[in-house]
Amino acid sequence: MDKRELVCIRCPLGCMLSVQMEGDKVVSVSGNTCPRGKEYAENEVTNPMRMVTSTVKVSGGDRGTVSCKTKTDVPKEKIFDVVRGLKEVVAEAPVKIGDVLVEDIAGTGVKVVATANVLIK
Amino acid sequence: MTQTEKIYDVIIIGGGVSGAATARELSRYKVNACVLEKEEDVCCGTSKANSGIVHSGVDAAHGSLMAKLNVLGSEMMEDLSKELDFAYRRNGSLIVCRGEEDLPVLQKLYENSMKNGVKELRILTQEEVRALEPNIADEVIAAVYAPTGGIVCPFELNIALAENANVNGVVFKFNTEVTDIRKEDDGYELYTNKGVYRTRYVVNAAGVYADKFHNMVSAKKIHITPRRGEYCLLDQAAGEHVNCTIFGCPGKFGKGILVTPTVHGNLLIGPTASDLEDKEAVSTTAEGLGEVIAKSGLNVKNLPYRQVITSFAGLRAHEDGHEFIIGEVEDAKGFIDCAGIESPGLTSAPAIGKMVADILKDKMGLEEKEDFIATRKGVLHPKDLTKEERKQLIKEHPAYGTIICRCEMISEGEIMDAIRRPIGAKSLDGVKRRTRAGMGRCQAGFCSPRTMEILARELGKEMSEITKSGEKSKIIVGTNKDSL
Amino acid sequence: MKSYDIVIVGGGPAGLAAAVSAKENGIDSILVLERDKELGGILNQCIHNGFGLHTFKEELTGPEYAGRFIEKTEALGIECMLHTMVMDISKDKVVTAMNSEEGLFEIQAKAIILAMGCRERPRGALNIPGYRPAGIFTAGTAQRLVNMEGYLPGREVVILGSGDIGLIMARRMTLEGAKVKVVAELMPYSGGLKRNIVQCLDDYGIPLKLSHTVVDIDGKDRLKGVTLAQVDDRGKPVGGTEEYIPCDTLLLSVGLIPENELSRGLDLEMECMTNGPVVNESLETSMEGVFACGNVLHVHDLVDFVSKEAAMAGKSAVRYIKGETINAKEHRIDLIPEEGVRYTVPKYIRPENMDDVLTVRFRVGAVVKNCFISTYFDDKCVMKRKRPIVAPGEMEEVKILKSKLAEYPDTKKITIKIEKE
Repeated sequence: MDKRELVCIRCPLGCMLSVQMEGDKVVSVSGNTCPRGKEYAENEVTNPMRMVTSTVKVSGGDRGTVSCKTKTDVPKEKIFDVVRGLKEVVAEAPVKIGDVLVEDIAGTGVKVVATANVLIK
Repeated sequence: MTQTEKIYDVIIIGGGVSGAATARELSRYKVNACVLEKEEDVCCGTSKANSGIVHSGVDAAHGSLMAKLNVLGSEMMEDLSKELDFAYRRNGSLIVCRGEEDLPVLQKLYENSMKNGVKELRILTQEEVRALEPNIADEVIAAVYAPTGGIVCPFELNIALAENANVNGVVFKFNTEVTDIRKEDDGYELYTNKGVYRTRYVVNAAGVYADKFHNMVSAKKIHITPRRGEYCLLDQAAGEHVNCTIFGCPGKFGKGILVTPTVHGNLLIGPTASDLEDKEAVSTTAEGLGEVIAKSGLNVKNLPYRQVITSFAGLRAHEDGHEFIIGEVEDAKGFIDCAGIESPGLTSAPAIGKMVADILKDKMGLEEKEDFIATRKGVLHPKDLTKEERKQLIKEHPAYGTIICRCEMISEGEIMDAIRRPIGAKSLDGVKRRTRAGMGRCQAGFCSPRTMEILARELGKEMSEITKSGEKSKIIVGTNKDSL
Repeated sequence: MKSYDIVIVGGGPAGLAAAVSAKENGIDSILVLERDKELGGILNQCIHNGFGLHTFKEELTGPEYAGRFIEKTEALGIECMLHTMVMDISKDKVVTAMNSEEGLFEIQAKAIILAMGCRERPRGALNIPGYRPAGIFTAGTAQRLVNMEGYLPGREVVILGSGDIGLIMARRMTLEGAKVKVVAELMPYSGGLKRNIVQCLDDYGIPLKLSHTVVDIDGKDRLKGVTLAQVDDRGKPVGGTEEYIPCDTLLLSVGLIPENELSRGLDLEMECMTNGPVVNESLETSMEGVFACGNVLHVHDLVDFVSKEAAMAGKSAVRYIKGETINAKEHRIDLIPEEGVRYTVPKYIRPENMDDVLTVRFRVGAVVKNCFISTYFDDKCVMKRKRPIVAPGEMEEVKILKSKLAEYPDTKKITIKIEKE
């Protein structure tokens, strides 16, 4: 049996998780203080996911940049594809929190949304 | 390059305090003068990193040119500070003595300074010293007190002199580095990275490089050693730790590390002294900063070292004979040295400027201008105004109502003034030296992006072109994802 | 002169939460003074996720978290002035402020809430030797440039200090195309949250060198490289361990200092461990009617705790104005931090003014594993909570129940300590 040690990142507590594995299968998780920890451990050892936060350019706004995030987590190995996919994106002012900037980023099926407001210049 | 249309009567090499003082004094006369400065601004070498002390003239050896110009410069400083509107304060100096064995040194110092003509000098007992300076070290048993000793803002002094010279017609060429000097029949050709300049007279005020230029034209070589001094600057909260400038007694521990308030209310400790080869080595070192901390505590107790906000190093232009070399070079007619200007060079600057200008006046038979403008107003600091005046100012100029630098409470209006005035600021450091924005306890953490925006707007540049100090010191290197 | 019941200095997370709480507790006359061009404070540049799990039960980015409070502030009709710098506060609660439209003006307040936040320690505070070129930024300055303005301050980066902003910026710079070569930390442990080490460093293979510092800075105009060295257990560099790392950028994340210029001007009693004012259970400073909350009081790790604390300050200010505060100066129980606990906020309790549950927040001085956080009423241990690990980077808390304290009416002091099994 395989054992993997992880630090849970679901919340700032940072629980030390211990995952018992058999091949690709998770047998048990310990060290977590909430169900989210267990879920995280299971995903992290099989299919790690991350939310990506970044910026895109804005045209016609009171500032030239707006912050954004993937609406949900994306596969960890797609992180750089996501930011590369944002390189040429230009949002039109005004931008409001929650506005969809990209419908499907880097083929993940995940939306990228604005996380800040930008007014028209 | 053969373009020789850049022709002047006098070219001053170096826009430090000596060069600027010379330029300002020279601008009283009908003369076509130019300052060549290798950096982007005045006050970028020795003049920017020193103790900011106006020495009373206690320790310069009697009979030397140093002693003469020191006392004279110190006497001129107050009037000059009013004419040119820079910060200067007579806070008095104490040269303290930590043991019986130093008492004869103190006595000698006293006699030397009496000969130098230092006024109002007194020897203080331990009780008197403590009454004056509650934080003086317990070991201090006596001191020479020189009430005429003072402090000045070295940037403001240098900048004020240059601005006033410029207003009176002296041309300033920046980023212009002299690489070679050739003697011609009727003057000199100065080769620079920006072409060739012709001039009848040269003033060599090149600080640590003055030997290089002197030696290009003279067979009688001089040698200048860059002598590094490291300092720590403490927060304004520590500024009242001492009232006077506290020097150690020359002797057992060297004159070495002083402790002084600055004109803007910080506390400054330093400098060390180490002789180097590299004329650009303005880096601080762990050993040097350690020495500053260790030795500053010898004469002053309870120094709040946790309040250090920055440290820096400067190079003094130490000439082998430890004397100012001012005058026409014997075997190079029309080439005026202004070399070896180390401490008390800042103090002496007003007198140095006058001396060099007098030499040129006599040689060239210069006539005074009728329209010389003797006064200059510095950057307006609303902090110094009454509430009513400040309200009025903001009504007329709203930019004075927006604070950019939170630590020093510097407004957008002041920064704009610094950029727009003659020889205006071109970089963050230029703004800092003219307004103090970024000089406070957060050391420009909050205000630098804002100041950069103002610089970009005022200078018509992109944010990416804004520098810390000089074109090679860009702050931003690109935009997000530009390399992805 | 204009007058308000409550003037709040600072429109960041603390100021806004205090304003919302004061309004909800029944005071209408509130003014928030904010020096920046928008509300939200430093959250606006913290575009990473991880905010709001406690407050909103969902994971938000900084500007989104701020946005929630800004909306609430607007919905409640709370008056806010932007671009406005508070210049001075007098002992009779006259606030002098300035902006470009109204110039210099004064406001009379009945109560004042200090919520000015904190600033970053600069290079000078560490006295790092070397040159002083362009390319040295505090992590927060770089964060503003990258996240709000879209400018890249450098391409090859070394980060000194593993505080949260430093870790977050390691990832941000990486995702914007820079190469982060190493994060060096003077202490033998990180000053940041564990999850930030995982998400910001481990994910990108960025090495974290503990017990290391920068001992030299190279480059006269723009940074060319730094020299790293290992330090001994007193934090002094160990000779022979120097390593030169070429880079064009050094980010500093070496601690935050509450911004208490105004508090000092008011002569408030200060706490030397936090660099913030000393406060009681109501988060009231040594001056009656002047309250403090958020990072100006003590540096927090999570904004959720800032919001909670600030809500308490808002509520206390309302009580003060309504005359509901019982000023029993003689009945005061001191909170004593001991054995691994560096400080406590509050510093003392007037039990008459306590809520049913009082949250005491503190930080520890070192990493301790398998320990207890113990609370003593005088010599009696009344609470012992097991913690698998405590670390200086993460704020801790204990809750003191009014009912419990009532069982021990003669209590003179409450001691909080970290105890091993």
